Parts: sequence; structure tokens; C-alpha cells
Amino acid sequence: MSIKFSGARRSVSAGLAALALAALTTGAASAAAPPTKTINTTGLKVTDSEVYVGQLHSATGTMAISETGSIQAEQLAIDQINATGGILGRKIKVIQEDGASDWPTFAEKAKKLLVQDKVAAVFGCWTSASRKAVLPVFEKENGLLYYPTFYEGLEQSKNVFYTGQEATQQIIAGLDWIAKTKGAKSFYLVGSDYIWPRTSNKIARKHIENVLHGTVVGEEYYPLGHTQFGSLINKIKLKKPDVIYSIVVGGSNVAWWKQLKAAGLTAEKQTILTISVTEDEVLGIGGENMVGHYSAMKYFESMENDNNKKFVAAFKAKYGPTAVIGDVTQAAYEGPWLWKMAVEKAGSFDVDKVVAASPNLEFTGAPEGYVKIHPNHHLWSKLVIGQWGANGQAKVLYQSGLIEPNPFPKGYQ
Amino acid sequence: MTAVKDLLKNREAVGMIVLAAIIFVILPLALDIFRLNLVGKYLTYAFVAVGLVLCWGYGGVLSLGQGVFFGLGGYCMAMFLKLEASDPVSTKIQSTPGIPDFMDWNQLTALPVFWQPFHSLTFSLIAMMVVPGLLAFIISVAMFKRRVGGVYFAIITQAIAAILTILIVGQQGYTGGVNGMTDLKTLHGWDIRTDSARYILYYACGALLFAIVFVGRFVLRSKAGKLLLAMRDKEERVRFSGYDVASFKVFVFTLAAVFSAIGGALFTLQVGFMSPSFVGIVPSIEMVIFTAVGGRASILGAIYGSLIVNYAKTFFSESFPQLWLLFMGGLFVAVVMFFPNGLAGILEQHGSKLAQLWPGRGRDAASGAAPATSPGMPAHAGNAAGEVGQLSSSARGAPSDAVTPSTVAASSAGAPARTGAAATVRAEAGI
Amino acid sequence: MDGVGVGEFGSILLMQGFNGLSVFSVLVLMALGLAIIFGQMGVINMAHGEFLTIGAYTTYMLSQLTTNYFPSAQPYYFFVAIVVSFLLGGLAGYFVELVLIRHLYKRPLDSLLATWGLSLIMQQLFRSTFGAKEVSATLPDWLLGSWQPTGTIDIPLNGLFVMALTILLTFGVWLFMYRSRAGLQMRATTQNRVIAGAVGINTARVDRMTFAIGCGIAGVAGAAFTTIGSTGPTSGSLYIVDAFLTVVFGGAQSLLGTLASAFSIAQTNSTLEFFLTGSSAKVITLLSIIIILMIRPQGLFSVKVRK
Repeated sequence: MSIKFSGARRSVSAGLAALALAALTTGAASAAAPPTKTINTTGLKVTDSEVYVGQLHSATGTMAISETGSIQAEQLAIDQINATGGILGRKIKVIQEDGASDWPTFAEKAKKLLVQDKVAAVFGCWTSASRKAVLPVFEKENGLLYYPTFYEGLEQSKNVFYTGQEATQQIIAGLDWIAKTKGAKSFYLVGSDYIWPRTSNKIARKHIENVLHGTVVGEEYYPLGHTQFGSLINKIKLKKPDVIYSIVVGGSNVAWWKQLKAAGLTAEKQTILTISVTEDEVLGIGGENMVGHYSAMKYFESMENDNNKKFVAAFKAKYGPTAVIGDVTQAAYEGPWLWKMAVEKAGSFDVDKVVAASPNLEFTGAPEGYVKIHPNHHLWSKLVIGQWGANGQAKVLYQSGLIEPNPFPKGYQ
Repeated sequence: MTAVKDLLKNREAVGMIVLAAIIFVILPLALDIFRLNLVGKYLTYAFVAVGLVLCWGYGGVLSLGQGVFFGLGGYCMAMFLKLEASDPVSTKIQSTPGIPDFMDWNQLTALPVFWQPFHSLTFSLIAMMVVPGLLAFIISVAMFKRRVGGVYFAIITQAIAAILTILIVGQQGYTGGVNGMTDLKTLHGWDIRTDSARYILYYACGALLFAIVFVGRFVLRSKAGKLLLAMRDKEERVRFSGYDVASFKVFVFTLAAVFSAIGGALFTLQVGFMSPSFVGIVPSIEMVIFTAVGGRASILGAIYGSLIVNYAKTFFSESFPQLWLLFMGGLFVAVVMFFPNGLAGILEQHGSKLAQLWPGRGRDAASGAAPATSPGMPAHAGNAAGEVGQLSSSARGAPSDAVTPSTVAASSAGAPARTGAAATVRAEAGI
Repeated sequence: MDGVGVGEFGSILLMQGFNGLSVFSVLVLMALGLAIIFGQMGVINMAHGEFLTIGAYTTYMLSQLTTNYFPSAQPYYFFVAIVVSFLLGGLAGYFVELVLIRHLYKRPLDSLLATWGLSLIMQQLFRSTFGAKEVSATLPDWLLGSWQPTGTIDIPLNGLFVMALTILLTFGVWLFMYRSRAGLQMRATTQNRVIAGAVGINTARVDRMTFAIGCGIAGVAGAAFTTIGSTGPTSGSLYIVDAFLTVVFGGAQSLLGTLASAFSIAQTNSTLEFFLTGSSAKVITLLSIIIILMIRPQGLFSVKVRK
């Protein structure tokens, strides 16, 4: 059974825009389905016609703002896979659970999905905290998690595939770019007060000081949910950094950008590079407050390639023309596809076999262009710099080469 | 008199036996270990609920910061487990092996001093009760000695919960930050993640719960319990009778905090991690809701409340992931509006009717109603306070009734007063 | 501080002073409605944040409406939004009082729990109606950017606007409470409900109006906060703790107390933030509030009422 996707594009039919990506698969679906007992030896919930997977995100609570996009993207990918015959002749059935923005709830639901529902894979989690909460559960029950968010690294598990970027992939190339194009020497690091911004800024600081030979003139953290950034903005004005490097998240993000604009720190006056603003966040911030600022991501909705055009069309056909797609949404979309490829290569739903089959799988149909699974379970991916416009879309200014994921970077800890 | 007392005692005993049967026999037989582990988790909230019955239902002190104590207890336990999980071998990938992973991520190169004693299980267990107890003691002395109470006290405990959350999240090098302490594995080499360990922990949790139920009942049966009740309804009168009201409140608040802390430690053991999301305002209010649903003046009711609300939460959120908050919100509003004494209150009202209608089966019905029939339901309480107050004012001619016109009104609504019980209360209060 | 001249440093201090005032206005705006309800009626409205959200979503809807149907009205819609937010917030409050709150006056701690349940319901309703993602009202141009009196001073326009609105609203509330017949009835009811009823004041009606007005003010605050913060199903909960602390710290039943407490909290926090880090500023501010409350449990200002 082939796992090379590229050769199959001829089968794409013009009238099936919504299913275009699904059609990229080989003829596996039409082949006779192998008997259940041979492809499922560990008691997962696989029948002769169906395979069950879990979806574990926050549909309620403060994180629902961010996680809704991931829920939609995973659903889209699963629908597309089902439309072309499913996996090993089995349709994917989704059991959706609500993590309710509460980490212990994530752990409880993860356990329920693995122990009671016996799902073959779980697509889920968003924040690092929720992933940390479920990780022991997945390792103990030998489950399989596809995690979509860009995150701080420092983690590698047999049971998790990280479809977002780890910190070095997202940070280093972005800093290189801004230092080169803007001649930036002094940086002000700002973040929400938790592990991802702190670890990311730690890597950024090492890179700025040791590689770029610049200076960090300030490093500040504010509690999650903080809404008043006036004092911080004045402190920044006092230091006059070349670049503000921002990792503010959640409800604070909106307040932060609105207040930056109101304090006169527009793109003409102040260069700001952020790794925490995607199209989803801009929806809440308002494009007019983001004009001219830069985000470093691996994906923007506006990226020009055939895969992405089909993906965007399918997404909008399903969720309405006003739906937007951010970096994490795209990464979440890759999860079910990467799983499908691995299962088909392994010829089995068994977690151990799927894990063994995964390294070096290439997904040429990825909306971001191309990704490859590294043996460390992260993805080889590119870094893209986008500049925001008033319409809430980013203009792609720069795209790096493929970057090797390195969750435990030497010299950055 | 003695017959009434015996019956009450009996009913209560029956109630206890029913609960014990449910926890120790029926649930373990009916549920697989995954669900039973969930029940075990719910039971840890019942520790908090029992504490709240004492300090809120009886003492009239509403704390919206019980999560603080639950969390501190849980954290003390988690610190011990985390140290054990962070031996140099399993953490060799870190730049400093042998310290918890989150410390390594935050560039700590040595174990902080205040972590050192948590290598000892004995110390951890003591700290687990002493740290939250001490904090509760300090807070309550500061507040109650200055006669801060009611709504102010509730909001101040809320502020403390907010502050502690911000502290824990902010000092992530020492506390694990927003992620909390995860991946806890063994207790003195005993793997707490296996099914057999889960069974043992579940039973230990149930047994400890019964232990604190007995402690709680002992307190309520004692003179202090009667005074708490009297204070809740007419604090001024008790004060004028010469009692040091503040000390009783300090005692009951501290006791409730220690109960919560034990629950928190058991939570950590059963769930395998601790995070700041148990310390904040939302979980603290939720714990009050469990108590309110079960019946704020009934220890057993509060335990049922914790089980039922959490089961409902799990059930609704599994069945209606998008809409379950509507159900939960509706449940809370309905309970507060229509059943202020919670399930125990409902059973109190209807259970006794049932008992009259079907005398033969009345005892069974009443046994279910047992949570409600412990002496000192609000209905009696209003009288108890009244009696205490009237006695003291007539005896000493101190305060006039007009000063506190409305305090009793709320509590004296409800079931008909039982003069017998009230008289007992008065007699036992020694006034 | 190389590169920053004395004049520029002065400008930054000036802007920092303005920032303190701006935080003060925000605190007053979110606490005012709560203070009226809590101070006058002793009811804890945990759903206060959700009434803020009503105002925010109202502004968002009107913004969409204007952009799609009356683009020429774009610069002015915000004033309409404020008025509509007040009315909708007030209407919702009136209804909630009628159905829920009035049954709980004798149980203030219970009203806290019931309104918390209500806040869960409201959050879910927002989520079901507007989606889980945040939205953004398109602000008129005159509310964006900054006012520059000199080359180095930037005064945020949204901050100025919120400040003006706060002053206006506070003055309005003062006029209403101390210079109107309805306000007199309200104060009378607070001071002695029984006597107020005896002299012919319909105290039930007064309660309902008070609650409605408090919620209406929350709506206005929500509309104003779209200029500085986020609009989402849970946005309101970001403000609720600060609002409570402001009211309690100031001393219930005292409008002046709320103002004084908002001022001291805002200035402390904003100054500490400037010299320390954001997280430690928050902790120090909160700790000071608690310590002062332990020394002075009635809050900064308290009206002597016979209990």
C-alpha cells in the first residue's frame, strides 16, 4: 500500500472542491477491507465498518475561543477521509469530549476516551497545561494523541505527535529575519505568565544575545487575563527597543494590541513581532489594530499554493464564508491525515505499529505546503512571516527552508 | 424525650449505614475501575463539602476560598510525589537531573530550600494539614476578631483564592505554574497508577471520609456545635451571653480548612496531579454549590451533593458537550431558589410525609431521609437561637429585639419547628 | 536610559500619570453598577460580568449593522450603542430581578450562588448565539490612535473617551441618587426598609429599579470596554474580581468610597507595574487590599447604619 500522496493528484475532480484533499489518497479505500482481527490486536474500538477516534478540546470556558477552530478543522479532515472510503475500509466515527478549559477535566476525559471508549487515536488539547495533564494518561494507557498547537518544546513522547511547531522552529528563524530586514539590535520581550511564553522568551533571549549579538532591554510577564497594559507601554517607550517581541495570549491579547495602537505604537513607529497572533486572534483584536505588525507562524490563510486553496475553499464551504483559519487550525487539520497515512503504512490500528510507521512519513497535501514527521514526533516545517492587513489577513513576506524540529535545543536551556 | 432522641439517633445511624453501603459495596460492584476512580475524585470534594457544612451550614461563615485549602493540601502531597518521581535516573535528559522537570525548564539548578523537607513523607503529611490549617487560622483570627463576617468575609476569601492562584502561576519555577505538578507516579515506591492501587486509594478515601464525618458529627453534637448554630442565627445574642464568638468561628473555619486539605491530598493521590485550577475562585464556588445542592446543614447531604453534582457534570458534559453549562447553571439556580436546604431539605419535608403515609415502609423512607433528620436543621436552628437569645436577654436584660429585626426570618421558614428538638438543643447548649 | 532626554522622561511620567487615571476610570466604570446593587441592596451579583458582556455584544451587533446597512453613520453609531447597551442591560436586569433576585433578598449569600449559576447560563447563551470565538466591533476612527499634544506625548483616545464617559456616568448617578425623588426613595430604602415602606415607598419597585439601573450601567461599561478589551463569551469574567474588590475596599453604600478605592487601587497598581513586574504588582496590590481590609473591615468609607 502506497503512502506517497503526490502521485495521486490526477484523480482530483474539479467538481469535488470540498473533497479535493481527501481525493489525494491512493486507492486504498476501494481495496477490500482487511479483517478486523488482523488490524486491531489490542482491543481498540474497531468494527468491520467503523473505527472510533476521540476529539478532546475545550468547547466551553475561556479556551473555547481558541480551540473551536481546531475542532472544526479536525472534523473537516475526518469528513474528507470518510468521503473517500475512510481508513482501511473503515469510516471514522468521532467521540467528542469537552475539556472545558480545565486541565483536570482534560485528564478525566482523556482517560474516559482511552479506557472506556477504547478509541484508536485522539485529536485534541490546545494549551500546554492540558497536554501536560493528559500526557501521563496517554503514556500509561498507550494511547495516541495528535496535538496541534505550537508550543514550548522540552517534551517528546512515544504517544504524542506534535503537528504544530516547537519553540525553536517558530522563534529562531523569525528573529533572524527581523534582525536582518530591520537591522534590529534591541528587543523587549513581553508575554503572558506561563510556561510557553517564558520558555519561548528564554530561547529568544539566548538567540538574541549569543547569535544576533543584540540586547534584551526588558522582559515582562503579565497574569493571564490581564487587561491593562498602559504601564507596560510606557516602560517600553522609555527603553525604545528596536523590536517588541510579543507572546501575549487569550483575552489579554486583545487588550494589549488595542492599547498599543491607542498609545501611538503603530507599525510605522514600532516594529512588533509576535508568535501568538493568528487569524483567529485577529478576529477578536480587529484588523485595524494589527495593521503592519508581523507574526511568525508556519501557516497563514493567505498562503498561495494549491493545497491551501483547496483547504480554504473546503473549510469555508463547511463553516461559512466568514470563517477564518489560523496556524493551529491548519495544524489540527493535518492530524487526522497524518494518522491515516501512518495507519495505512502500518496496515494496522495498533498504536505501537502506527507509531513505528510514522517517522519520515511525508504529507505533500498539507495546506502549509509540505511536512514530514521527524523521528522525534515533531514535524519538519517552514517558518513564514506574515504582515497583517486591516482585513484581518496576513501578507506573506518571507518563507524559510524546512526547519528540523529540535524540542531539546542545546545551548538554549 | 429519650424515645425521640433514640429515633433520631437511629435514623442517623441508618443513614450512615446506607451511605457506607453505597460507597464501600454498591459502587465498587457496579462500576469499573475507571468510573470508580472518578467517584473517588468526587469523594475528595465531599471532604470540602463536609467542612463547608460545619462552617457555613452551622457556623454561618461562607468561605468562597475553600479551594485554597484543598489546593494547599494537594500541593503538599504533590510535592512529595513529584520529588519521588524526579529521581536522577528518570530525569537524566534534563540539564540538572534529580530536580522536578518544571524547575529544570525554568533554569533552576538546585532544589529550593523549602522543597527539601518534602523528601520525607511524614513531613509532607504533617505539612499537608498544618500549612492550610495555619493559613486558615491566621485569616480567620484577623477577620473574626475584628468582626468581619458575612458577605465581606466571603469576598475576602475569594480575593485570597485569586491571589494564591496568581502566586502559584507566577512562581512557576517553584510551583509548576499553570501546568501544575503532573506525572506523579509512586508513593514510597508504590505505583499509584495501577488498578489495584486505585482500588486501595478509593477505599482509603472512603474510610477517611467517614472518619471526618464522625469528627464533624462529634463537633456538632458538642456544646460548640450548638453554639455555632445559635451564632449563625443570632450572633449578637450569643456574644452578649458572654461567649467569645470569634474563637468558635476561628475553630470551625480552621477545621473546615483541614478537612479540605485532606481532601486535596487524596485528590492528588487518586488523580495523579495537582494544578492551580483547584485553587481559584471557580472551583471554590463550585464546592459551595455541591454543599448547597446536598443540603448545607446536613453532613451526609453534602456528601450526596458532591457525588450527584459531579456525576451530573460528567454526565451532561459527556452527553451534551456543547450545552452542558446551561444544565449546570439551571441546576444551581433551581436549587438555591426552590430548595434552599438542598436534597436533605427535600427529603426532610417529603420523607416524613412518606413515613406517615406508609408506616410499614416508613422506616426505609426515613432512612433515605436520614441526612435531613440530624438534629439541628435550620428549622430547629432558628428556634435554638431564639431560645438562647431569649434566655440570655431575659436573664441579663441586655440587647433589645428591635436591633436585629430580620436575621431569623430566613431560617425559621421551612419545616415546622419541633419543640422537643429545640428544647434538647437548648438544654445541651447549657443555657 | 540612554536616548531618553529629560523632557521625554517627563512626558513618559505624564503618560504614566494618565495611565493611572485611565485604569481608575475603568475600575470605576466596572464597579459602579455593582456598587449600586451591592451597596444599596446587599445583593452580590456574580453575573455582573455577563451584564458587561451584554453591552459589549450590543456594541458589536450595532457595529455590524452600521457597517452593513448605514456605512455613513459609522462615526456616530458608538453613542447609540452606549444608550442601547444601557437599555438592554437594564432590561435584562429588570427581568432577572423579577424572576430571581427578589426571592433572595433575605438570603444575600444565596443570591451570590444563584447569580453564579445565572452567569454560567448567560455565558453559554452568548456562546451559542455569537459563537465561541471572540469578535471585534469596528470602532469609529475618532476612537482609534492617540492624541499628541507634543511630539513625545501620546494620550490614548480610547482612554480619554472612557474617562469622559466615567465622569459623565458618575455625575449622572450622583444626580440621580442625591438630587432626584427616585434616588431619595432608594436611599431611604437602604437606610431603613421597614420605615421606608411605612411612609409609602414601594420598596419592591425601588429594588427592581435599582437592580435594573445597576445592570444598565454594567451594559454601558461593556460597551465602553470594547474600545480597550476583548469581546467574547467569557470576557466579562475578566473584570469581576477587580470590580468586587473595588466595591468592598471602598465600603459598601458609599459612592465616594467606591471612587476613592478605585483611585487608590488604580494608582497603586499602575505605579507598581511601572517599577516592578506585572505579576508582582498585582500580588502586592491584592495583598495590600486584604491587609487594609483586615484592619478596616468596613472598607475605606462606610456610612454608619444601625444594624
